[in-house]
Amino acid sequence: MKSHVWRPLYVVVALVILILAVRMFYVPKDFGIWERGYMYGFHRKGSENDWKAFKVKYKFDNEDCKDCHSDKYESIIKTPHAIIKCENCHGPELDHPNDPPKLTVDKRRELCLRCHYQLPYPTSGRANIMGIDPEKHNPGVECVMCHNPHNPTLEGLK
Amino acid sequence: MITRRQFLANTAKGLAGLALPAAAFEIIDPKKLFADKGGKPGLRWAFLVDTYKCVGCGLCVKACKIENEVPYDAKVSRTWVERYVITKDGKLHADSPMAARDGFTTSKIDLGDRGFEDIKAEDITKAFFVPKLCNQCEKPPCAQVCPVGATYQTEDGVVLVDRTWCIGCGYCIMACPYGVRFFHPVYHVAEKCTFCYHRIKKGLKTACVGACPFGARMIGNIKDPDDPVTKIIRTQRVGVLKSEYGTEPQVYYIGLDEEVR
Repeated sequence: MKSHVWRPLYVVVALVILILAVRMFYVPKDFGIWERGYMYGFHRKGSENDWKAFKVKYKFDNEDCKDCHSDKYESIIKTPHAIIKCENCHGPELDHPNDPPKLTVDKRRELCLRCHYQLPYPTSGRANIMGIDPEKHNPGVECVMCHNPHNPTLEGLK
Repeated sequence: MITRRQFLANTAKGLAGLALPAAAFEIIDPKKLFADKGGKPGLRWAFLVDTYKCVGCGLCVKACKIENEVPYDAKVSRTWVERYVITKDGKLHADSPMAARDGFTTSKIDLGDRGFEDIKAEDITKAFFVPKLCNQCEKPPCAQVCPVGATYQTEDGVVLVDRTWCIGCGYCIMACPYGVRFFHPVYHVAEKCTFCYHRIKKGLKTACVGACPFGARMIGNIKDPDDPVTKIIRTQRVGVLKSEYGTEPQVYYIGLDEEVR
């Protein structure tokens, strides 16, 4: 039974088989419908482990710094700055003290101004923080020239 | 030949069958029953933001960008803080310069291309900060529209993106009503907040929660009735963003104002 109708059909069938074969090798074995069903949970299961394996940089645990930097820890713990994590100003701990052996510190005025630029916003916690206008309050000078961030009270002025 | 008696009996049976809800035919999963009868609570991450406590320092945004390797100087961020200033004439002024990565260190409102607008303190009726992040919706439209299965929801409710599988079509970015998705400038795939999946799975708090000195951001398990976050959500007045979209967002806000979108 020879017919010009069959030939294109063979081509289509061959193409479909080829696509299915490629799909078998290309799509990972753990790809499928998982806990959240077809609409939200259709994915490669291994991707979850990829995200879990992402590197942690911040510890955000001031107790972690206490053993080596006890002087700074004991000083700041008695002040309103006790709520600030060491890593917020000193950068992520990573594998310190192995890597990196030294952490940098951000001494720019802008760091302190994050909280201490005076904004009189009545319905926010910002209104309760002592603030300055950086254009009038000793412009150009690093805050740490006078203020000790680990003892920021007025008694702690350098 | 059908008799009148048979006809009436069959009609009654048929009607009774129609009246049965579809749920009656559902096979009950034993695991679900055990979960309802106490035992170990399930796990579903939820986030709580207290807008009264937020001071707009932006340390959360800084920490998020560094922790999650989002290019620091690119104008994209997984989380950001918005400033809302409402003046006596009823006008709303809102901005979020560089996603508030460096906080709000000026009283001038950033209008983008139109420059800056200074607002006098005596004109302000209310002003506050609102941190934003992915709402990890219970019904995430972004995961629904993905044509290749690259973005998905995990069992514990977090929506993630498979970077090896994303084709960068951008459907999810358009589908998100909260605008939390963007293209990663380095990987050129869809990028979003992961609730710091690598941290919460190790028992750590997310980077933004850890960085916040004021406790304005909290994360917890909404299926655990003893979790402090769950207790607040259950017992206090909290709101969510854009509930009208039916996405069931899981970031709850204390002190949400009608001006906040």
